[in-house]
Amino acid sequence: MTPVDEALLRAVVPTVIGVLGRRGADFAAAEDAVQDALVEAVRVWPDDPPRDPRGWLVAVAWRRYLDAVRADTSRRRREERVEDEPEPGPAATADDTLQLYFLCAHPSLTPASAVALTLRAVGGLTTRQVAQAYLVPEATMAQRISRAKRTVSGARFDRPGDVATVLRVLYLVFNEGYSGDVDLAAEAIRLTRQLAAAVDHEEVAGLLALMLLHHARRPARTRPDGSLVPLAEQDRGRWDTRLIAEGVDLLQGALARDRLGEFQAQAAIAALHADARTAEETDWVQIAEWYDELVRLTGSPVARLNRAVAVGEADGPRAGLAALAELDPSLPRYAAVAAYLHERDGDPVTAARLYAEAARSAPNLAERDHLTRRAARLNTERRG
Amino acid sequence: MAKYLLLKHYRGAPTPVNDVPMDRWTPEEVAAHVQYMEDFAARLEGTGEFVDGQALSPEGTWVRSDGEGRPPVTDGPFAETKDLIAGWMVIDVDTYERALELAGELSAAPGAGGEPIHEWLEVRPLLGAAPTITE
Repeated sequence: MTPVDEALLRAVVPTVIGVLGRRGADFAAAEDAVQDALVEAVRVWPDDPPRDPRGWLVAVAWRRYLDAVRADTSRRRREERVEDEPEPGPAATADDTLQLYFLCAHPSLTPASAVALTLRAVGGLTTRQVAQAYLVPEATMAQRISRAKRTVSGARFDRPGDVATVLRVLYLVFNEGYSGDVDLAAEAIRLTRQLAAAVDHEEVAGLLALMLLHHARRPARTRPDGSLVPLAEQDRGRWDTRLIAEGVDLLQGALARDRLGEFQAQAAIAALHADARTAEETDWVQIAEWYDELVRLTGSPVARLNRAVAVGEADGPRAGLAALAELDPSLPRYAAVAAYLHERDGDPVTAARLYAEAARSAPNLAERDHLTRRAARLNTERRG
Repeated sequence: MAKYLLLKHYRGAPTPVNDVPMDRWTPEEVAAHVQYMEDFAARLEGTGEFVDGQALSPEGTWVRSDGEGRPPVTDGPFAETKDLIAGWMVIDVDTYERALELAGELSAAPGAGGEPIHEWLEVRPLLGAAPTITE
């Protein structure tokens, strides 16, 4: 009995789908066949590990594919073609993997579908694992994936896609974090590394750097009871210096190419936080400048909101409140930012009221509890 | 086994014994309350009685159809709405008595001063599938 190396197994999934695709299988059928082969591998390998895992998966998946085609009477006419044992064809390459990324992030897909399809076809996760990660029933996720496959079924393997759409999907996966048994943050990093190996693009490097720099802070981000620790209060000794170094290296390489994009700008901000040995040493002036870049690149209201925080740290809370006054109060987290700036401005009464208001519209429990505690702390201090 | 919904109300339930809004507690009291809730759910997972638990945002919108080909009409929040659901837990237990016992435990979560809140929770049976054998 040898336990199956699941990481190795999942890493070869895209190339195996690629091989079937080049032998004439359409994407949906190839992906199904490889899922079946994966399940088979987990069952058989512990007692009988293959010498060539990828070759084994290709052979089993191809057999599954042929069985499925034979069983599909409506495709009877195509049988003659697939009955012939195919030419081995060229070995799968990084290009196959890249095409698969493009296909799974196809612009015709909704973000939720693209994420689910990417995790299954590129990440090699089972439907059950994807469902668990997103806290929906397995049947729901199975439907989401098969609908997504139908949507892209007309798309060909050989059209260059748009890297930006792929990056947005990977960013979404990373941001989902680590609620279930499946660590989506780690999975997003693995998939982004794989993409960086397949395509030389400064924004891919920028996104990977951003992920690594955020992932480095993870051990310090929550207390043992699961409550959030704000950046300023984190124990910086618990940040992962190895990940930070790798992230900073990647970012410098990307920035040197002088083609700035939103992920490089976000990574630069994360790197400046990582550079500060204490919260007091944070270079807020530079961070505010990077937020200006980010606003220029994306026009995103979230970037403007974060910029107000940075301006408040760089030029004082009054300046931050002035920057905030230009924004739409209905923005998510607006009240939380306003509360923080009023607290820094020495107005605990307004701050406590705004923290309580922010807690009422918090998007998740961890944030709600955190904001409630901040309101509670200010109210407690006022009572003495 | 039978499923029950334990409903927690922001508004609309009778006033609890220990009635202080959460943002007036100390941060430690908030933490203790959250921990109690999490431990309770974890214990029910352990006994195989936990089905689902969700918290709801207090902000909501009323929506109704305005006829075919027209966008839905939204309204509210209505000031006269008495009831506001805060969240729920669905449990799957052997008896009604067990459902009451668990709701009682959940209601004893600590609040201001570390004292139990004794808030009123609503216990509602879920309507399940019709049994195969009825005679």
